[in-house]
Amino acid sequence: MEPIHIEEVQKQLDRLANKEVYVHLETTNGAYASHFNENAYNVGAFIRNAKVNYLHGKIVGDNGTYRVGLKLDNGWVYAEGVNQWELDEQDRLLMAGHDREGRLMVALEISEQPFKN
Amino acid sequence: MIALEKHVVVIYPHPDDEAFGASGTITQFRQEGVPVTYLCGTLGEMGRNMGNPTFANRETLSDFRRKELIDACNVMDVELRMLGYRDKTLEFESRDEIAKHLKNILEEIEPSLVITHYPGHAVHPDHNAMGAAAIEAVKQMDPDKRPKVWAQAISHDHVKLFGEPDVINNVKPVFDQKMKTIMAHRSQAQGVLGSMNGSAEAAADLEEVAKERLGYESFYTWNFD
Ligand SMILES: [Zn+2]
Repeated sequence: MEPIHIEEVQKQLDRLANKEVYVHLETTNGAYASHFNENAYNVGAFIRNAKVNYLHGKIVGDNGTYRVGLKLDNGWVYAEGVNQWELDEQDRLLMAGHDREGRLMVALEISEQPFKN
Repeated sequence: MIALEKHVVVIYPHPDDEAFGASGTITQFRQEGVPVTYLCGTLGEMGRNMGNPTFANRETLSDFRRKELIDACNVMDVELRMLGYRDKTLEFESRDEIAKHLKNILEEIEPSLVITHYPGHAVHPDHNAMGAAAIEAVKQMDPDKRPKVWAQAISHDHVKLFGEPDVINNVKPVFDQKMKTIMAHRSQAQGVLGSMNGSAEAAADLEEVAKERLGYESFYTWNFD
C-alpha cells in the first residue's frame, strides 16, 4: 500500500459509485490491548461483504490522515483514520490506517466482486 | 523433561501460536523422533500485523500467513493440517461441530498427547474457543483411547488460580530453533515481540526479549475426572 493520494482515491470512489459493490469495513485495537495494558479496552468491529450501492463517495482530510464517507440512499458508510491505499490487481479499492508499528487500525475496502470469505 | 510420546497433536487457532507457545517443546519432541502434527484452525486473516514495514494488506495477509505457516512447520519438521476456519469467528461457530471435526482427526491419528490452549485462560477469544473445542473432542473419545491433554494458559492470573503449571519445559537449549520458527512468521514476528516488550523501539534486540519471555513453555495437564 502507499500513502493516500487524495485525487487518485477520489477518482476510484467515483468509478465505484452508483453500482452494486461489496464493502469490507473494519476497525480494531487488537485482541491483546487489555492484556498488555490494563487500562486499555478491547474494541473492534468488522463487516465483510456488505452489498451497497452508494450515490457518491468522498475522501476528506490532510496531514496524512483521511476520512472516507459513502452516501447511500438510506444511510452512510464511514471510516476515519485511513492513511494508505492501493488499487489491487482485481481493481479493488483498498484503504487502511496503520499505526507507527505497521499494525492495522482501520480498513475500508470496496470491490465489484465479493471478497473471499 | 520430554517423555517419549507416540504422536503429539498440537491444536491452536493461529499461524504463530505454535511458534510462540510451543515450538521449543515441539522441537524437543522431534529431536526424540516423536511425530508431531499441527492442526491450525485459521489463517490469521484478521491479524493486525502487516509486517514492519508493512508488506501485506487485509486481502493478501492470508496468503502470506499460509506460506509463513508452511515455512514454520518445515523449520519444526512437523506435519501440518489447516482446518479452514476464519480468524476471529471461532467462538461464534458451533462448539460441537468443531469438536466433532477435531475428534475425527484425533481418532485417525491416535496421538498420545494433545497440546492446546487452556479454555478461558488464553486471552484471545479464538484461543479460548479452540481450546474448549479441543478438550471437548478429547472428552468425547472413548476413555481408554483418550490422549493426555496439555493446556496452555496465558492469562495473568492463572498461577494465582491454579498454582504453577505441572509441565514446565526449559526450551532454552533449543532456542535457536524456536527463534527460527518465530521468524518464519515474517509478517507477525516483529510486531508481536515488540508489543511484548512494551514498545517497538525498545525491541531492538528481539532475540533477547524472546529468550527472556519465551525460554520456558508451560502447560497444565487436563484433568478429565
Ligand atoms: Zn493466537
